[in-house]
Amino acid sequence: MMTSYAQDIITGLSSLLTGMKVTIKTMFTKGHTVQWPRQTAQLPLNFRGHIRLVANDSTGFAKCIACGSCVRACPSNCIEVKGEKPEGAKKKSPTLFRLDFTKCSLCGLCVESCPVAAITFSRDYALAGLTSEPFAAMNLLDEVASPFAGEEQ
Amino acid sequence: MFESQTAPTYHLETVEEQENDFILNLGPQHPGTHGVLRVILHMDGEYILTADPVLGYGHRMQEKIAENMTWSQVLPYMARMDYLSALSYNQAWVCLVEKMCEYEVPRRAEYIRVLTTELNRISSHLLWFGAFLLDLGAFTPFLHAFEDRETLLDLLESLTGSRLTYCFFRFGGVGADVDAAFLRGAQDFVKQMHTKLPRYHELVTGNVIFRERTRDVGVILPFDTWGYGLSGPVLRGSGEQYDVRTSEPYSIYPELDFNVPVEQSGDCLARYLVRLNEIDESLKIIEQTLANMPEGPIKSKVPKIIKPPEGEASMAVETPRGELMIYAVSDGGKVPYRVKYRVPSFANLSIFSKMARGQLLADALAILGSLDLVIPEIDR
Ligand code: SF4
Ligand code: SF4
Repeated sequence: MMTSYAQDIITGLSSLLTGMKVTIKTMFTKGHTVQWPRQTAQLPLNFRGHIRLVANDSTGFAKCIACGSCVRACPSNCIEVKGEKPEGAKKKSPTLFRLDFTKCSLCGLCVESCPVAAITFSRDYALAGLTSEPFAAMNLLDEVASPFAGEEQ
Repeated sequence: MFESQTAPTYHLETVEEQENDFILNLGPQHPGTHGVLRVILHMDGEYILTADPVLGYGHRMQEKIAENMTWSQVLPYMARMDYLSALSYNQAWVCLVEKMCEYEVPRRAEYIRVLTTELNRISSHLLWFGAFLLDLGAFTPFLHAFEDRETLLDLLESLTGSRLTYCFFRFGGVGADVDAAFLRGAQDFVKQMHTKLPRYHELVTGNVIFRERTRDVGVILPFDTWGYGLSGPVLRGSGEQYDVRTSEPYSIYPELDFNVPVEQSGDCLARYLVRLNEIDESLKIIEQTLANMPEGPIKSKVPKIIKPPEGEASMAVETPRGELMIYAVSDGGKVPYRVKYRVPSFANLSIFSKMARGQLLADALAILGSLDLVIPEIDR
């Protein structure tokens, strides 16, 4: 009885010392924490921020043809699109492209469903705020030129 | 049954529930329950007389939601059930629909699926490892686990675009192809884990306090395992060799060479060892997929609007927590007629009341931790 008790103490102590050894070894390795905001971590290539409209290279207008595929694909009903044909154009252009980011799950179904690859994910990661307003109705048309710009006023 | 246990048990049979028992609410906001789970404990001093889990705080009617979504729109919801192993859930859903519609899946896609799911399994077990030891009062292992998990999440994020709630698999394939950088990253991770796992064992498995707190605590006898519908490491900790990946193989698992770790003692320590050994086996699988990654397409052609033919199907996969089975009925339309999820945590929780009876409160928390519950999966 007495010997096994002493043995338990010895094995117990040695197991604690082994643990301590690991801890001391780790003390001399490099840390993993990124000191944000003084440092920023590198965003991965496929990072998904909120969705944004892709502009046509030559005209600067949104590539979107307001077909509504993305609206139907979205599981959370986040997207609202309205479109009209600008004068002289063959295809429609969006007059309204609104995203409710508060409901978006960043699943990517809209991006994949678009027939003309008119939406991608932005690389905007600072997507936090004190109120939901800036995110509940994001006007994605802000970032692209509009073919209707002249007529509106 | 409890008499045969080696652990000291309170004589439950002789104790009646008294009106003036001390009632303790464990949760719904308790770090030890890892989510909004509430357990009503009737206590006699430090001993638990009865433990009744109360569910439903996070119930979202996932099954009903699925009836109102198209077959592809259900996919993102999969990650909201078990947020720690979203890819296993992804896999169950896409395999189910592929089974119903008889879609082909290219070999490369299958390999990418298995590779990422196993990475996901490791990240889930690492988080469990950290959280379980936090429950036991050890903080350092948690940081070690999270350091490795961080590498893993960065890796998966570079491929899938999200860190936790992945929506990556697609009907007939996967959402993105792996590039050389990802494969290299995965290889480096495997190497890193091979040096880190022995260190976990050094730090924790041999530790005397840890062993005392887990050995012979919360013993599940083999007799109880099937009756309670247990699965995953909880089942394998009690000596039953059942893993959906080998018992009901799917994807490319039959071609891979890996073992199913089993422990006999059925206590918290056994479940811990099963999970750590599973990390080792997952590393083995990852090495094999990396070595044999075939070239080719990552997605076969599937129609844009999915309409499975009338009929029903079910699909079972092994998630890090156990067996997930999804059953779906199609009436030939764009939306599922009925979807049913059989989730592992729900069944694994069911034995908790039995295990907790007569135990010390601190041991009950160790038991709860060793079951590796994910509450949104229970309240789905
Ligand atoms: S990413 Fe998903 S949830 Fe978000 S807008 Fe697109 S389809 Fe909807
Ligand atoms: S699917 Fe593409 S083209 Fe159609 S409305 Fe959406 S963004 Fe525009």
